[in-house]
Amino acid sequence: MNNVADPPRPTAPDAVHADDLTVVRGSRTVLHHLRFTVPRGQITGLLGPSGCGKSTLMRAIVGTQAKVTGTLDVLGRPAGHPGLRSRIGYVTQAPSVYDDLTVRQNLDYFAAILDPARAASDRRGTVERVLADVDLTSHADALAGNLSGGQRSRVSLAVALLGTPELLVLDEPTVGLDPVLRRDLWNLFHDLAARGATLLVSSHVMDEAERCHRLLLMRDGRILADDTPDALRTRTGTDTVEDAFLHLVDEAATADASTTDRTKETSR
Amino acid sequence: MNATAPTGALNASRTTATAARVLRQLRHDPRTIALMIVVPCLMLVLLRYVFDASPRTFDNIGASLLGIFPLITMFLVTSIATLRERTSGTLERLLAMPLGKADLIAGYALAFGALAIVQSALATGLALWLLGLDVTGSAWLVLLVALLDALLGTALGLFVSAFAASEFQAVQFMPAVIFPQLLLCGLFTPRDRMHPVLEAVSDVLPMSYAVDGMNEVLHHADMTATFVRDVLIVAGCALLVLTLGAATLRRRTT
Repeated sequence: MNNVADPPRPTAPDAVHADDLTVVRGSRTVLHHLRFTVPRGQITGLLGPSGCGKSTLMRAIVGTQAKVTGTLDVLGRPAGHPGLRSRIGYVTQAPSVYDDLTVRQNLDYFAAILDPARAASDRRGTVERVLADVDLTSHADALAGNLSGGQRSRVSLAVALLGTPELLVLDEPTVGLDPVLRRDLWNLFHDLAARGATLLVSSHVMDEAERCHRLLLMRDGRILADDTPDALRTRTGTDTVEDAFLHLVDEAATADASTTDRTKETSR
Repeated sequence: MNATAPTGALNASRTTATAARVLRQLRHDPRTIALMIVVPCLMLVLLRYVFDASPRTFDNIGASLLGIFPLITMFLVTSIATLRERTSGTLERLLAMPLGKADLIAGYALAFGALAIVQSALATGLALWLLGLDVTGSAWLVLLVALLDALLGTALGLFVSAFAASEFQAVQFMPAVIFPQLLLCGLFTPRDRMHPVLEAVSDVLPMSYAVDGMNEVLHHADMTATFVRDVLIVAGCALLVLTLGAATLRRRTT
């Protein structure tokens, strides 16, 4: 299960640095004063139950989320900076590809958008590489709309790999995949990290946490923990990350309850 | 031009890549292409024999319709296509990439413009040479007006797609945006014979000038000043609405 190699030593400054990061959607505050870092060249898992703000946080990092306040630096620049657009690969939860194009046509188009100056033959090579990376070479000429859900999400992932991005933000990339594919994708993520890429991978499946170098545990728009899986288990005296998460949730609930009690007392 | 170039100036290769992609998507949907090309032609044939006894009426209505068809088709196709781009997440993905909004819009305009040329050429050719539509001016001018109308349709479609949350809503924008213009553009009755309030309203609707331009070609051998004014107004409106459409493409959304 635990196939995490020794995490590479971070040399450059952190890939993502957030301080007092708050995001408001409508009248609701979705993220509350977050403070965390994502080190370079590692896989950071973003874990938490559905609706806890994982996707919003990812959208803030790639610069597509409105109403973001506080500090959020990505690869040394403020999130959303135009210069970052070709350095970040982003995969949304729902596969965002053209259903009425073939897999290869999808990749050709996005490759042309990412780097129009490159020779077409160069781009073709890149397309073949990412097709092999996500194991879709045999389906290259199938219409994306005719593929299974898991295959479509891999097309979406392939698009994000096109530009060899420094930072990959993957929103639940392994949902709906069979165990073999899931293992293969995680091996790919580790390959990418070994090649120097930084990965931020969200999941609500806790067993995937064990495969990350670092974890950000989220709940209700707050970060419960920012640590390595080992350190988390040791600190909470639990055997799995899932138990560690539950332990932290209970701890936070007790803390909440006591603060509410105290406020009640002071208001009395 | 380097790959990290931000938005602003148009990037030719990104624009043509987008246009090629839109056309490639359509190629996988031959039925839509067939409907876009064939339906206007069939309507013209129908119209020709509805007014079998009065060729003058066919001339008037037929010429106006040569301008209205491309506008309506392009409006529908663009509003649905861009709505799908918005709801499928591909728009968000594209805007997170180094693609300028102008590249995207120009790509769409280019692709649908090319389609509009084919559609208008066929419809115009059919009307002028097979159905005996009697146009005093040049067929090229008919084609020019038709093309500008198509561009206006593309622009309007792109713009309203921002206000539609579903394809159902997008289709409903057609009666909302197109029908009032259809009633007021002078197709059914000359605009100066309408109630003064309606005439004033029709003065600010772009389709009025599209139809007016067609009528100028219909009745005059040369390019008249009115024709030039009409063409400029339609082109200006198309550009204005395209710019408004660009403003509805937001990189950051809530």
